[in-house]
Amino acid sequence: MPALSVDRLVKRYDGRAVVDGLTLTAASGQVTAVLGPNGAGKTTTIECCEGLRKPDAGTVRVLGLDPHADAAALRPRVGVMLQDGGLPSGARALEVLRHVSEMYASPRPVDELVERLGIGSFARTSVRRLSGGQRQRLALACAVVGRPELVFLDEPSAGMDPQSRHAVWALVKELRADGVAVVLTTHLMDEAESLADVVHVVDHGAVIASGTVSELLSGGSDAGNETTVRFTAPAGLDLAELTKWLAERGVTDPAVTVGRRTLEHVFLDLTGRHLR
Amino acid sequence: MTAIVPSQAAPAWRRVAAQAAFETRTILRNGEQLLVTIALPLFLLVGLARTSIFELDTAGATRIDFATPGVIAVAVMSTAFTSQAIATAFDRRNGVLRLLATTPLGRGGLLAGKVLGVLAVEVVQAVVISVVALGLGWRPHAAGIPAALGAGLLGTAAFTALALLIAGVLRAEGVLAVANLVLVLLIAGGGVLVPPDRLPGPLADLATWLPSGALGEAMRGALLGGGVPVLSIVVLALWTAAFGWSAARLFRWQ
Repeated sequence: MPALSVDRLVKRYDGRAVVDGLTLTAASGQVTAVLGPNGAGKTTTIECCEGLRKPDAGTVRVLGLDPHADAAALRPRVGVMLQDGGLPSGARALEVLRHVSEMYASPRPVDELVERLGIGSFARTSVRRLSGGQRQRLALACAVVGRPELVFLDEPSAGMDPQSRHAVWALVKELRADGVAVVLTTHLMDEAESLADVVHVVDHGAVIASGTVSELLSGGSDAGNETTVRFTAPAGLDLAELTKWLAERGVTDPAVTVGRRTLEHVFLDLTGRHLR
Repeated sequence: MTAIVPSQAAPAWRRVAAQAAFETRTILRNGEQLLVTIALPLFLLVGLARTSIFELDTAGATRIDFATPGVIAVAVMSTAFTSQAIATAFDRRNGVLRLLATTPLGRGGLLAGKVLGVLAVEVVQAVVISVVALGLGWRPHAAGIPAALGAGLLGTAAFTALALLIAGVLRAEGVLAVANLVLVLLIAGGGVLVPPDRLPGPLADLATWLPSGALGEAMRGALLGGGVPVLSIVVLALWTAAFGWSAARLFRWQ
Protein backbone atom coordinates (compact mmCIF):
# COMPACT_ATOMS: atom_id res chain seq x y z
CA MET A 1 0.00 0.00 0.00
CA PRO A 2 1.42 3.39 -0.93
CA ALA A 3 1.66 5.97 1.85
CA LEU A 4 -0.24 8.41 -0.32
CA SER A 5 -2.47 7.79 -3.27
CA VAL A 6 -4.30 10.48 -5.16
CA ASP A 7 -6.71 9.31 -7.83
CA ARG A 8 -8.26 11.63 -10.43
CA LEU A 9 -8.38 14.52 -7.98
CA VAL A 10 -10.36 17.59 -9.03
CA LYS A 11 -10.48 20.88 -7.13
CA ARG A 12 -12.24 23.94 -8.51
CA TYR A 13 -12.12 27.55 -7.37
CA ASP A 14 -15.02 29.61 -8.66
CA GLY A 15 -15.78 26.96 -11.26
CA ARG A 16 -12.21 26.90 -12.60
CA ALA A 17 -10.43 23.57 -12.15
CA VAL A 18 -7.08 24.26 -10.49
CA VAL A 19 -6.49 20.55 -10.05
CA ASP A 20 -7.95 18.60 -12.94
CA GLY A 21 -7.84 14.82 -12.75
CA LEU A 22 -4.51 14.52 -10.98
CA THR A 23 -3.25 11.03 -10.13
CA LEU A 24 -0.10 10.16 -8.23
CA THR A 25 1.25 7.93 -5.48
CA ALA A 26 4.04 8.22 -2.94
CA ALA A 27 5.74 5.34 -1.14
CA SER A 28 7.22 4.97 2.32
CA GLY A 29 10.99 5.30 2.48
CA GLN A 30 11.01 7.46 -0.64
CA VAL A 31 11.15 11.13 -1.46
CA THR A 32 8.44 12.01 -3.94
CA ALA A 33 8.74 15.40 -5.61
CA VAL A 34 5.77 17.18 -7.10
CA LEU A 35 7.46 19.46 -9.59
CA GLY A 36 5.68 22.16 -11.49
CA PRO A 37 5.59 25.84 -12.40
CA ASN A 38 3.78 28.34 -10.20
CA GLY A 39 0.03 27.95 -10.46
CA ALA A 40 0.23 24.34 -11.65
CA GLY A 41 -1.92 23.12 -8.76
CA LYS A 42 0.84 21.71 -6.52
CA THR A 43 -0.14 23.45 -3.31
CA THR A 44 -3.86 22.83 -3.79
CA THR A 45 -3.15 19.12 -4.32
CA ILE A 46 -1.06 18.96 -1.15
CA GLU A 47 -3.71 20.87 0.83
CA CYS A 48 -6.32 18.32 -0.24
CA CYS A 49 -4.00 15.58 1.05
CA GLU A 50 -3.50 17.44 4.34
CA GLY A 51 -7.26 17.67 4.87
CA LEU A 52 -7.17 21.46 4.62
CA ARG A 53 -9.29 21.47 1.45
CA LYS A 54 -12.10 19.22 0.34
CA PRO A 55 -11.77 17.70 -3.14
CA ASP A 56 -14.58 18.32 -5.63
CA ALA A 57 -14.01 14.89 -7.19
CA GLY A 58 -11.59 11.99 -7.05
CA THR A 59 -10.17 10.21 -4.04
CA VAL A 60 -7.25 10.84 -1.71
CA ARG A 61 -5.93 8.16 0.62
CA VAL A 62 -3.33 9.06 3.21
CA LEU A 63 -1.83 6.01 4.98
CA GLY A 64 -4.93 4.21 3.72
CA LEU A 65 -7.30 6.69 5.38
CA ASP A 66 -9.51 9.55 4.22
CA PRO A 67 -7.98 12.95 5.09
CA HIS A 68 -11.38 14.36 6.10
CA ALA A 69 -13.30 11.48 7.63
CA ASP A 70 -10.24 10.16 9.49
CA ALA A 71 -8.61 13.52 10.24
CA ALA A 72 -8.21 12.90 13.97
CA ALA A 73 -6.49 9.56 13.39
CA LEU A 74 -4.18 11.02 10.74
CA ARG A 75 -3.07 14.21 12.48
CA PRO A 76 -0.54 12.52 14.82
CA ARG A 77 0.89 10.48 11.93
CA VAL A 78 1.29 13.18 9.28
CA GLY A 79 3.67 16.15 9.45
CA VAL A 80 2.96 19.33 7.54
CA MET A 81 5.13 22.24 6.49
CA LEU A 82 3.02 24.92 4.87
CA GLN A 83 4.29 27.23 2.17
CA ASP A 84 3.43 30.32 4.21
CA GLY A 85 4.92 28.85 7.38
CA GLY A 86 1.90 29.17 9.64
CA LEU A 87 4.01 30.10 12.65
CA PRO A 88 2.56 32.44 15.31
CA SER A 89 4.43 35.71 14.80
CA GLY A 90 4.44 36.94 18.42
CA ALA A 91 6.06 33.84 19.91
CA ARG A 92 9.75 32.96 20.10
CA ALA A 93 11.21 30.34 17.76
CA LEU A 94 12.10 27.69 20.34
CA GLU A 95 8.86 28.30 22.23
CA VAL A 96 6.88 27.50 19.06
CA LEU A 97 8.79 24.27 18.47
CA ARG A 98 8.36 23.15 22.10
CA HIS A 99 4.68 24.00 21.90
CA VAL A 100 4.10 21.94 18.77
CA SER A 101 6.06 19.04 20.31
CA GLU A 102 3.65 19.02 23.27
CA MET A 103 0.87 17.89 20.94
CA TYR A 104 2.51 14.47 20.60
CA ALA A 105 2.84 11.56 23.01
CA SER A 106 6.49 10.83 22.20
CA PRO A 107 7.98 13.63 20.12
CA ARG A 108 11.55 13.79 18.86
CA PRO A 109 13.86 15.44 21.38
CA VAL A 110 13.55 19.17 20.67
CA ASP A 111 17.22 19.84 21.45
CA GLU A 112 18.34 17.41 18.78
CA LEU A 113 16.25 19.17 16.11
CA VAL A 114 17.46 22.56 17.29
CA GLU A 115 21.03 21.34 16.84
CA ARG A 116 20.37 19.68 13.46
CA LEU A 117 18.69 22.69 11.91
CA GLY A 118 20.76 25.39 13.57
CA ILE A 119 17.77 26.85 15.41
CA GLY A 120 19.86 27.62 18.50
CA SER A 121 21.19 30.86 17.02
CA PHE A 122 17.68 32.33 16.86
CA ALA A 123 15.92 30.32 19.59
CA ARG A 124 14.84 33.40 21.55
CA THR A 125 14.02 35.57 18.55
CA SER A 126 10.35 36.19 17.90
CA VAL A 127 9.01 34.59 14.74
CA ARG A 128 8.20 37.95 13.15
CA ARG A 129 11.89 38.92 13.24
CA LEU A 130 13.19 35.69 11.63
CA SER A 131 14.58 35.65 8.09
CA GLY A 132 12.79 33.60 5.45
CA GLY A 133 15.30 30.78 5.73
CA GLN A 134 15.14 30.68 9.54
CA ARG A 135 11.36 30.51 9.39
CA GLN A 136 11.51 27.63 6.92
CA ARG A 137 13.90 25.69 9.15
CA LEU A 138 11.64 26.21 12.15
CA ALA A 139 8.58 25.15 10.13
CA LEU A 140 10.41 22.00 9.03
CA ALA A 141 11.33 21.20 12.63
CA CYS A 142 7.65 21.59 13.59
CA ALA A 143 6.63 19.27 10.74
CA VAL A 144 8.90 16.43 11.84
CA VAL A 145 8.92 16.80 15.64
CA GLY A 146 5.97 14.41 16.05
CA ARG A 147 7.80 11.50 14.33
CA PRO A 148 5.41 11.42 11.36
CA GLU A 149 5.12 8.46 8.99
CA LEU A 150 4.37 10.83 6.13
CA VAL A 151 5.50 14.45 5.75
CA PHE A 152 4.28 17.06 3.32
CA LEU A 153 6.80 19.79 2.63
CA ASP A 154 5.48 22.63 0.50
CA GLU A 155 8.47 24.37 -1.12
CA PRO A 156 10.76 23.49 1.80
CA SER A 157 13.86 25.40 0.72
CA ALA A 158 12.25 28.56 -0.66
CA GLY A 159 14.21 31.59 0.50
CA MET A 160 17.03 29.56 2.06
CA ASP A 161 20.73 30.17 1.83
CA PRO A 162 22.86 27.24 0.56
CA GLN A 163 23.92 26.19 4.08
CA SER A 164 20.29 25.99 5.25
CA ARG A 165 19.29 24.08 2.15
CA HIS A 166 21.91 21.45 2.72
CA ALA A 167 20.90 21.04 6.36
CA VAL A 168 17.31 20.59 5.21
CA TRP A 169 18.27 18.14 2.48
CA ALA A 170 20.31 16.09 4.93
CA LEU A 171 17.33 15.86 7.27
CA VAL A 172 15.03 14.85 4.42
CA LYS A 173 17.43 12.08 3.40
CA GLU A 174 17.57 10.86 6.97
CA LEU A 175 13.75 10.74 7.15
CA ARG A 176 13.76 8.64 4.00
CA ALA A 177 16.33 6.28 5.47
CA ASP A 178 14.07 5.91 8.52
CA GLY A 179 11.23 4.77 6.28
CA VAL A 180 9.23 7.99 6.25
CA ALA A 181 7.31 8.91 3.11
CA VAL A 182 8.39 12.42 2.12
CA VAL A 183 6.24 14.36 -0.33
CA LEU A 184 7.63 17.72 -1.35
CA THR A 185 6.55 20.31 -3.85
CA THR A 186 9.18 22.38 -5.53
CA HIS A 187 9.96 24.31 -8.64
CA LEU A 188 13.68 24.00 -7.97
CA MET A 189 15.21 21.50 -10.36
CA ASP A 190 18.33 20.86 -8.36
CA GLU A 191 16.23 20.11 -5.30
CA ALA A 192 14.22 17.50 -7.18
CA GLU A 193 17.37 16.15 -8.83
CA SER A 194 19.33 15.68 -5.66
CA LEU A 195 16.51 14.53 -3.35
CA ALA A 196 13.73 12.82 -5.24
CA ASP A 197 13.38 9.11 -5.82
CA VAL A 198 10.30 9.77 -7.90
CA VAL A 199 9.30 12.97 -9.66
CA HIS A 200 5.79 13.85 -10.78
CA VAL A 201 5.81 16.77 -13.18
CA VAL A 202 2.54 18.69 -12.78
CA ASP A 203 1.13 21.32 -15.09
CA HIS A 204 -2.37 22.73 -15.49
CA GLY A 205 -3.62 20.61 -12.61
CA ALA A 206 -2.54 17.20 -13.87
CA VAL A 207 0.54 14.98 -13.86
CA ILE A 208 2.17 15.17 -17.29
CA ALA A 209 5.19 12.97 -16.59
CA SER A 210 6.34 10.65 -13.81
CA GLY A 211 9.42 8.65 -13.10
CA THR A 212 12.78 8.62 -11.46
CA VAL A 213 15.08 11.50 -12.31
CA SER A 214 17.15 9.29 -14.62
CA GLU A 215 14.03 7.97 -16.36
CA LEU A 216 12.90 11.51 -17.00
CA LEU A 217 16.35 12.48 -18.22
CA SER A 218 16.58 9.63 -20.69
CA GLY A 219 13.00 9.89 -21.87
CA GLY A 220 11.46 12.51 -24.13
CA SER A 221 8.74 13.00 -26.68
CA ASP A 222 10.60 11.20 -29.50
CA ALA A 223 12.34 8.68 -27.31
CA GLY A 224 13.71 5.83 -29.41
CA ASN A 225 13.74 7.71 -32.71
CA GLU A 226 16.56 10.05 -31.93
CA THR A 227 20.21 9.69 -31.16
CA THR A 228 21.96 11.67 -28.54
CA VAL A 229 25.66 12.15 -28.78
CA ARG A 230 27.17 13.33 -25.58
CA PHE A 231 30.85 13.92 -25.06
CA THR A 232 33.13 15.84 -22.82
CA ALA A 233 35.05 18.48 -24.70
CA PRO A 234 38.63 18.86 -23.54
CA ALA A 235 39.52 22.36 -22.49
CA GLY A 236 40.43 24.55 -25.44
CA LEU A 237 38.56 22.50 -28.08
CA ASP A 238 36.81 24.90 -30.45
CA LEU A 239 33.20 23.75 -30.80
CA ALA A 240 32.33 26.40 -33.40
CA GLU A 241 33.22 24.11 -36.31
CA LEU A 242 31.03 21.34 -34.93
CA THR A 243 27.99 23.50 -34.30
CA LYS A 244 28.38 25.06 -37.77
CA TRP A 245 28.46 21.59 -39.30
CA LEU A 246 25.30 20.67 -37.39
CA ALA A 247 23.55 23.88 -38.31
CA GLU A 248 24.18 23.20 -42.04
CA ARG A 249 22.24 19.95 -41.56
CA GLY A 250 19.33 21.61 -39.81
CA VAL A 251 20.26 20.57 -36.28
CA THR A 252 19.94 23.74 -34.28
CA ASP A 253 18.98 24.84 -30.79
CA PRO A 254 17.28 23.38 -28.75
CA ALA A 255 18.48 20.04 -30.15
CA VAL A 256 22.03 21.26 -29.75
CA THR A 257 22.73 22.12 -26.18
CA VAL A 258 26.23 22.80 -25.20
CA GLY A 259 26.52 21.89 -21.57
CA ARG A 260 24.87 19.21 -19.50
CA ARG A 261 21.35 17.95 -19.99
CA THR A 262 19.62 18.51 -16.71
CA LEU A 263 16.19 18.03 -15.27
CA GLU A 264 15.63 21.66 -16.10
CA HIS A 265 15.78 20.90 -19.84
CA VAL A 266 13.31 18.07 -19.42
CA PHE A 267 11.05 20.28 -17.36
CA LEU A 268 11.05 23.10 -19.89
CA ASP A 269 10.42 20.65 -22.74
CA LEU A 270 7.43 19.29 -20.85
CA THR A 271 5.89 22.49 -19.55
CA GLY A 272 6.95 24.94 -22.26
CA ARG A 273 9.00 28.08 -22.03
CA HIS A 274 6.33 30.74 -21.95
CA LEU A 275 6.17 32.89 -18.85
CA ARG A 276 3.13 32.74 -16.64
CA MET B 1 17.46 2.12 9.83
CA THR B 2 15.36 2.84 12.89
CA ALA B 3 11.97 1.25 13.18
CA ILE B 4 9.05 3.63 13.08
CA VAL B 5 7.04 3.73 16.27
CA PRO B 6 3.47 4.64 15.30
CA SER B 7 3.16 8.27 16.22
CA GLN B 8 0.55 9.13 18.79
CA ALA B 9 -1.10 12.30 19.95
CA ALA B 10 -0.71 13.59 23.48
CA PRO B 11 -3.94 13.26 25.54
CA ALA B 12 -6.58 15.83 24.57
CA TRP B 13 -6.49 17.65 27.91
CA ARG B 14 -2.73 18.12 27.61
CA ARG B 15 -3.00 19.48 24.07
CA VAL B 16 -5.69 21.96 25.08
CA ALA B 17 -3.83 22.95 28.25
CA ALA B 18 -0.65 23.53 26.23
CA GLN B 19 -2.55 25.68 23.74
CA ALA B 20 -4.25 27.66 26.53
CA ALA B 21 -0.89 28.32 28.23
CA PHE B 22 0.64 29.31 24.90
CA GLU B 23 -2.21 31.74 24.10
CA THR B 24 -2.08 33.26 27.59
CA ARG B 25 1.69 33.81 27.45
CA THR B 26 1.44 35.37 24.00
CA ILE B 27 -1.24 37.85 25.11
CA LEU B 28 0.44 38.76 28.39
CA ARG B 29 3.76 39.37 26.62
CA ASN B 30 2.34 41.64 23.94
CA GLY B 31 2.59 45.32 24.90
CA GLU B 32 -0.41 46.51 22.89
CA GLN B 33 -2.55 43.70 24.28
CA LEU B 34 -1.54 44.62 27.84
CA LEU B 35 -2.47 48.21 27.17
CA VAL B 36 -6.02 47.23 26.22
CA THR B 37 -6.55 44.43 28.73
CA ILE B 38 -4.81 45.76 31.86
CA ALA B 39 -3.86 49.44 31.53
CA LEU B 40 -7.19 50.63 30.06
CA PRO B 41 -9.45 49.10 32.77
CA LEU B 42 -7.13 50.38 35.53
CA PHE B 43 -7.14 53.85 33.98
CA LEU B 44 -10.95 53.81 33.87
CA LEU B 45 -11.16 52.51 37.44
CA VAL B 46 -8.94 55.21 38.92
CA GLY B 47 -10.44 57.89 36.70
CA LEU B 48 -14.00 57.07 37.72
CA ALA B 49 -13.30 56.49 41.40
CA ARG B 50 -10.85 59.28 42.15
CA THR B 51 -11.69 62.14 39.82
CA SER B 52 -14.86 63.99 38.96
CA ILE B 53 -14.04 64.23 35.24
CA PHE B 54 -16.93 61.89 34.56
CA GLU B 55 -20.34 62.78 35.99
CA LEU B 56 -21.52 59.63 37.77
CA ASP B 57 -25.00 59.18 39.21
CA THR B 58 -24.25 56.39 41.66
CA ALA B 59 -27.76 56.16 43.16
CA GLY B 60 -26.41 56.31 46.68
CA ALA B 61 -23.45 53.97 46.31
CA THR B 62 -19.84 55.12 46.69
CA ARG B 63 -18.10 55.97 43.44
CA ILE B 64 -15.70 53.00 43.72
CA ASP B 65 -18.51 50.52 44.52
CA PHE B 66 -20.46 51.79 41.55
CA ALA B 67 -17.58 51.95 39.07
CA THR B 68 -15.76 48.66 39.75
CA PRO B 69 -18.41 46.23 38.38
CA GLY B 70 -18.54 48.21 35.12
CA VAL B 71 -14.74 48.23 34.88
CA ILE B 72 -14.71 44.44 35.32
CA ALA B 73 -17.23 44.24 32.47
CA VAL B 74 -14.91 46.40 30.32
CA ALA B 75 -12.03 44.05 31.18
CA VAL B 76 -14.08 41.06 30.00
CA MET B 77 -14.87 42.87 26.74
CA SER B 78 -11.26 43.92 26.14
CA THR B 79 -9.95 40.37 26.49
CA ALA B 80 -12.78 38.26 25.07
CA PHE B 81 -13.48 40.65 22.22
CA THR B 82 -10.77 43.15 21.25
CA SER B 83 -7.67 41.18 22.18
CA GLN B 84 -9.00 37.84 20.96
CA ALA B 85 -10.31 39.24 17.67
CA ILE B 86 -6.96 40.82 16.84
CA ALA B 87 -4.92 37.76 17.87
CA THR B 88 -7.14 35.38 15.91
CA ALA B 89 -7.23 37.61 12.83
CA PHE B 90 -3.44 37.76 12.61
CA ASP B 91 -3.11 34.03 13.32
CA ARG B 92 -5.54 33.42 10.52
CA ARG B 93 -3.67 35.68 8.11
CA ASN B 94 -0.32 34.09 8.99
CA GLY B 95 -1.61 30.56 8.42
CA VAL B 96 -1.28 29.66 12.12
CA LEU B 97 -4.85 28.38 12.29
CA ARG B 98 -4.24 26.12 9.29
CA LEU B 99 -0.95 24.77 10.61
CA LEU B 100 -2.30 24.02 14.10
CA ALA B 101 -5.31 22.34 12.50
CA THR B 102 -2.91 19.80 10.94
CA THR B 103 -1.31 18.94 14.30
CA PRO B 104 -3.09 16.65 16.80
CA LEU B 105 -4.55 19.81 18.37
CA GLY B 106 -7.09 20.13 15.54
CA ARG B 107 -9.66 22.90 15.15
CA GLY B 108 -11.71 21.90 18.18
CA GLY B 109 -8.66 21.87 20.44
CA LEU B 110 -7.53 25.21 19.05
CA LEU B 111 -10.90 26.77 19.88
CA ALA B 112 -10.94 25.25 23.37
CA GLY B 113 -7.39 26.48 23.97
CA LYS B 114 -8.35 29.99 22.90
CA VAL B 115 -11.37 30.12 25.21
CA LEU B 116 -9.31 28.85 28.16
CA GLY B 117 -6.59 31.37 27.30
CA VAL B 118 -9.18 34.17 27.43
CA LEU B 119 -10.41 32.94 30.81
CA ALA B 120 -6.86 32.77 32.15
CA VAL B 121 -6.17 36.37 31.13
CA GLU B 122 -9.48 37.38 32.72
CA VAL B 123 -8.41 35.81 35.99
CA VAL B 124 -5.25 37.94 35.90
CA GLN B 125 -7.37 41.03 35.12
CA ALA B 126 -9.87 40.26 37.89
CA VAL B 127 -7.08 39.91 40.45
CA VAL B 128 -5.31 43.12 39.39
CA ILE B 129 -8.53 45.17 39.22
CA SER B 130 -9.87 43.77 42.50
CA VAL B 131 -6.65 44.48 44.37
CA VAL B 132 -6.53 48.08 43.12
CA ALA B 133 -10.26 48.58 43.73
CA LEU B 134 -10.08 47.14 47.26
CA GLY B 135 -7.17 49.49 47.89
CA LEU B 136 -9.40 52.35 46.77
CA GLY B 137 -12.08 51.30 49.23
CA TRP B 138 -14.22 48.93 47.16
CA ARG B 139 -16.64 46.88 49.27
CA PRO B 140 -18.34 44.39 46.94
CA HIS B 141 -21.57 42.63 47.87
CA ALA B 142 -19.92 39.30 48.75
CA ALA B 143 -23.05 37.17 48.19
CA GLY B 144 -23.16 38.43 44.60
CA ILE B 145 -19.71 37.15 43.61
CA PRO B 146 -20.92 33.77 42.23
CA ALA B 147 -23.53 35.60 40.15
CA ALA B 148 -20.83 37.98 38.90
CA LEU B 149 -18.68 35.00 37.89
CA GLY B 150 -21.64 33.55 36.00
CA ALA B 151 -22.32 36.87 34.26
CA GLY B 152 -18.61 37.12 33.41
CA LEU B 153 -18.65 33.65 31.81
CA LEU B 154 -21.76 34.43 29.79
CA GLY B 155 -20.31 37.77 28.71
CA THR B 156 -17.08 36.02 27.75
CA ALA B 157 -19.03 33.57 25.61
CA ALA B 158 -20.90 36.36 23.82
CA PHE B 159 -17.87 38.54 23.18
CA THR B 160 -15.54 35.67 22.22
CA ALA B 161 -18.12 34.53 19.69
CA LEU B 162 -18.26 38.09 18.30
CA ALA B 163 -14.45 38.21 18.20
CA LEU B 164 -14.29 34.95 16.22
CA LEU B 165 -17.02 36.20 13.89
CA ILE B 166 -15.17 39.33 12.81
CA ALA B 167 -11.72 37.67 12.93
CA GLY B 168 -12.94 34.92 10.63
CA VAL B 169 -14.57 37.22 8.11
CA LEU B 170 -12.60 40.48 7.85
CA ARG B 171 -9.00 41.11 6.83
CA ALA B 172 -6.51 41.39 9.71
CA GLU B 173 -6.03 45.16 9.30
CA GLY B 174 -9.80 45.63 9.25
CA VAL B 175 -10.16 43.60 12.44
CA LEU B 176 -7.49 45.71 14.13
CA ALA B 177 -9.48 48.86 13.41
CA VAL B 178 -12.97 47.46 14.09
CA ALA B 179 -12.04 45.65 17.32
CA ASN B 180 -10.55 48.79 18.87
CA LEU B 181 -13.24 51.16 17.58
CA VAL B 182 -16.12 48.98 18.75
CA LEU B 183 -14.58 48.72 22.23
CA VAL B 184 -14.26 52.51 22.49
CA LEU B 185 -17.84 53.05 21.26
CA LEU B 186 -19.25 50.47 23.67
CA ILE B 187 -17.34 51.97 26.60
CA ALA B 188 -18.57 55.45 25.70
CA GLY B 189 -22.19 54.71 24.91
CA GLY B 190 -22.81 50.97 25.30
CA GLY B 191 -24.16 51.02 28.83
CA VAL B 192 -21.20 49.22 30.34
CA LEU B 193 -19.79 51.88 32.71
CA VAL B 194 -22.88 54.07 32.87
CA PRO B 195 -26.20 52.19 33.17
CA PRO B 196 -28.25 52.22 29.95
CA ASP B 197 -31.17 54.11 31.55
CA ARG B 198 -28.91 57.03 32.34
CA LEU B 199 -27.70 57.43 28.77
CA PRO B 200 -29.20 60.21 26.65
CA GLY B 201 -32.29 59.67 24.46
CA PRO B 202 -32.48 56.65 22.12
CA LEU B 203 -29.07 55.43 23.35
CA ALA B 204 -30.77 54.33 26.56
CA ASP B 205 -33.09 51.91 24.73
CA LEU B 206 -30.33 50.72 22.41
CA ALA B 207 -27.77 50.06 25.15
CA THR B 208 -30.23 47.93 27.13
CA TRP B 209 -30.24 45.46 24.24
CA LEU B 210 -26.51 45.54 23.56
CA PRO B 211 -24.28 42.82 25.05
CA SER B 212 -22.18 45.56 26.66
CA GLY B 213 -25.18 47.09 28.47
CA ALA B 214 -26.41 43.66 29.53
CA LEU B 215 -23.00 42.66 30.90
CA GLY B 216 -22.58 45.98 32.75
CA GLU B 217 -26.05 45.71 34.31
CA ALA B 218 -25.48 42.08 35.31
CA MET B 219 -22.16 42.93 36.99
CA ARG B 220 -23.61 45.93 38.82
CA GLY B 221 -26.66 43.92 39.86
CA ALA B 222 -24.48 41.15 41.27
CA LEU B 223 -21.78 43.23 43.00
CA LEU B 224 -23.91 46.15 44.24
CA GLY B 225 -26.39 43.73 45.78
CA GLY B 226 -29.44 44.58 43.71
CA GLY B 227 -29.59 41.20 42.00
CA VAL B 228 -28.86 40.31 38.36
CA PRO B 229 -31.67 41.45 36.04
CA VAL B 230 -33.18 38.52 34.14
CA LEU B 231 -33.31 40.69 31.03
CA SER B 232 -29.50 41.06 31.05
CA ILE B 233 -29.03 37.30 31.12
CA VAL B 234 -31.55 36.79 28.32
CA VAL B 235 -29.90 39.49 26.18
CA LEU B 236 -26.42 38.01 26.70
CA ALA B 237 -27.65 34.50 25.95
CA LEU B 238 -29.35 35.65 22.75
CA TRP B 239 -26.23 37.49 21.54
CA THR B 240 -24.09 34.45 22.38
CA ALA B 241 -26.36 32.25 20.28
CA ALA B 242 -26.49 34.74 17.40
CA PHE B 243 -22.74 35.43 17.31
CA GLY B 244 -21.85 31.78 17.84
CA TRP B 245 -24.17 30.62 15.07
CA SER B 246 -22.86 33.26 12.66
CA ALA B 247 -19.21 32.54 13.51
CA ALA B 248 -19.70 28.81 13.00
CA ARG B 249 -21.26 29.45 9.59
CA LEU B 250 -19.11 32.30 8.31
CA PHE B 251 -15.65 31.70 9.83
CA ARG B 252 -13.11 31.14 7.05
CA TRP B 253 -9.99 29.30 8.17
CA GLN B 254 -7.93 30.71 5.32
